[in-house]
Amino acid sequence: MRIRCLEFSERAKGALRDEMLQQNLQRIGVRFKTARDLAFAALEDPESLREMGRALKEKAIANLPLLLETLEMRVKEAGGVVHWACTSKEARNIVCEIARTKGVRTVVKGKSMVTEEISLNEALQAQGIEVWETDLGEFIIQLAGEPPSHIIGPAVHKSKEQIADLFAQKLGVPKAEAPEELTRIAREKLREKFLNADMGVTGANAAVAETGSILLLENEGNIRMSVTMPRILVTVMGIEKVIATLDDLAVILALLPRSATGQKLSAYSTIFTGPRAPGELDGPEEFHLVLLDNGRTRILADPDRRQSLFCLRCGSCLNVCPVYRKVGGHAYGWVYSGPIGAILTPQLIPPRLARELPFASTLCGACAEVCPVKIDLPKLLLIMRQRLSEDPNFDGGVPLLPRLASRAHGWILTRPRLYRLAARGARLWSKALTEEGRWKWLPPPVGRWGKMRDVPAMQVPFSERWKKLKKELLGGVANEPTS
Amino acid sequence: MKVGLFIPCIVEQFHPQVGEATARVLAKAGCSLDYPPDQTCCGQLQYKTGNWKSARDVARHFIKVFEGFEAVVAPSGSCVAMVRKYYPELFRDDPRERQRAQSLAQKTFELTEFLVRVLGVEDLGARWRTKAVYHDSCQVSRALGIKEEPRRLLSKVEGLELVEMEQGEVCCGFGGSFSLQFPEISEAMVAEKASHILATGAETLISAEISCLMNIGGYLKRKGASIVPVHIAEVLVQRGK
Repeated sequence: MRIRCLEFSERAKGALRDEMLQQNLQRIGVRFKTARDLAFAALEDPESLREMGRALKEKAIANLPLLLETLEMRVKEAGGVVHWACTSKEARNIVCEIARTKGVRTVVKGKSMVTEEISLNEALQAQGIEVWETDLGEFIIQLAGEPPSHIIGPAVHKSKEQIADLFAQKLGVPKAEAPEELTRIAREKLREKFLNADMGVTGANAAVAETGSILLLENEGNIRMSVTMPRILVTVMGIEKVIATLDDLAVILALLPRSATGQKLSAYSTIFTGPRAPGELDGPEEFHLVLLDNGRTRILADPDRRQSLFCLRCGSCLNVCPVYRKVGGHAYGWVYSGPIGAILTPQLIPPRLARELPFASTLCGACAEVCPVKIDLPKLLLIMRQRLSEDPNFDGGVPLLPRLASRAHGWILTRPRLYRLAARGARLWSKALTEEGRWKWLPPPVGRWGKMRDVPAMQVPFSERWKKLKKELLGGVANEPTS
Repeated sequence: MKVGLFIPCIVEQFHPQVGEATARVLAKAGCSLDYPPDQTCCGQLQYKTGNWKSARDVARHFIKVFEGFEAVVAPSGSCVAMVRKYYPELFRDDPRERQRAQSLAQKTFELTEFLVRVLGVEDLGARWRTKAVYHDSCQVSRALGIKEEPRRLLSKVEGLELVEMEQGEVCCGFGGSFSLQFPEISEAMVAEKASHILATGAETLISAEISCLMNIGGYLKRKGASIVPVHIAEVLVQRGK
């Protein structure tokens, strides 16, 4: 997938001008958030559940090497094959190689962000393999040739009218606007693909080390079909998705659907272990598990950034993010969007290609309030800003001029007399630039701000008023207001 | 109690009347006040734009200026959050500096929490006949957990009718450097906030965070709205109408 994170500002502005998109974003923000809040409010002790989620991820990430080796062993014992991929490219090559040697012609896919991350579809298609996304939302964006705009709802940026037009245009069907009818059309199209596919490809919501089992949550049944129908199954997962035990899985099962869609449980929860065993009626003949690093061990190595790996990919931080709700997922320019996308992206791709993203937040903290594993997202955003600006190993490429300006400002702030003098100079200058309290011209960064807002005029500062005020307060007339 | 008055830079340069009101409120509540003249700023801008080296220098200066007071009070949630949450983080690798940062963090307060939680004062004898809506700044309500205190103080203002807005917990779009770097996104956010505020029919917009007020107030003024943005300190010194 093309990386377009450096176009964030431009694409955000485009999104703000797109009235249709604004309507669609308004709708999803409210709907997902309300559902999530209701689902958690119905729990007896939602905070404890989140604490448990946090604790199990903390433990799993701390024991990551051991858990991954255990997982590998259990998957092998169950008859599966485990592949290790350091980079996206390695992961792509592994899957392509399996497809090539097994003579695969058609692949059906379950919704998965990690296969978007490694651009798997393009690689398989380049080999002449037919690839079908079978999640309705993924199917829609595949037809549209777009990346996902949301972790959970890849096509949430589209209205049903837009989807109806897309289906009519790409599938040559009469225009139908009822969601049921659109779903029926997709189902008919995909049913045929399921029956003919040689290989299923999925991601994983979690992998249980003690049993070698994979968890997949969904509401459409398409993932279960991708897992059970084709003769070969390939699951690609980021290494951070491994958890220790089935007990931990129970916590994930309670947290993830509630956070993602506000459901107590997803309509389909598939937990499978290895390929079809002798005597079993369904399941693939072969099961391959691809464990992807792609920058994750670098994150692991930095204790400050480590909690980035706790993410369950529920998407709830997107739904409450006031920035995401204005600009949508595509503005972020790669796979992961919203607050967690702004944190993960510069850690998974070369940082300088995503340097704007951690700054595209007001640090309001709404995300941290809903995160099911209590990731401190504002803190991570701040850490990313620091790494990009100051860490020579991070190669952030943050422009020099604002950095120097910020440093010079900081330097002045440690010299009180100089600070007062500079402020006085600015105020004298501002007098020439204001008329009846309104600015006639504002210097560049403030100028853009002031295009849509009145900027207050500079006043005789508090520090110069204090002497008089102190006398008055000491004189016992403290209770009278000035105006 | 010997209280150090911490007047954030936006108040100092643009809204000094908020600083004056803060001083009057604290004096009325019985505090012995001082304004250390060497204070400058908390260094939040440096910290939040990733320049932690500069932020540390500013923080060291701030600590030196204020550590002698029994309490430090400011009419801004974000500056207090900077001192309370992030100063100890900034110095976590140096035990001595961290200790100083922590002890200052523990005695630095936002105005409304200081009045209600520390001094136990809710009624300051203010009178103002107005229909008002209170804006929960993210830094006041989420970063510091202060939601109830300002509302309690406002409930004691004679004649003041307090109403709540829809989606009050959503950010106004300021975010400091964010609004300078992404002014269009910020504008879309403040426009939505303004629509919720205007829908309440309130005549007065109150907040405990000066930067939100500057953002929302500046937008409303540009749109020609008649609603008056005021800091809660300014409300608590009203003796009028």
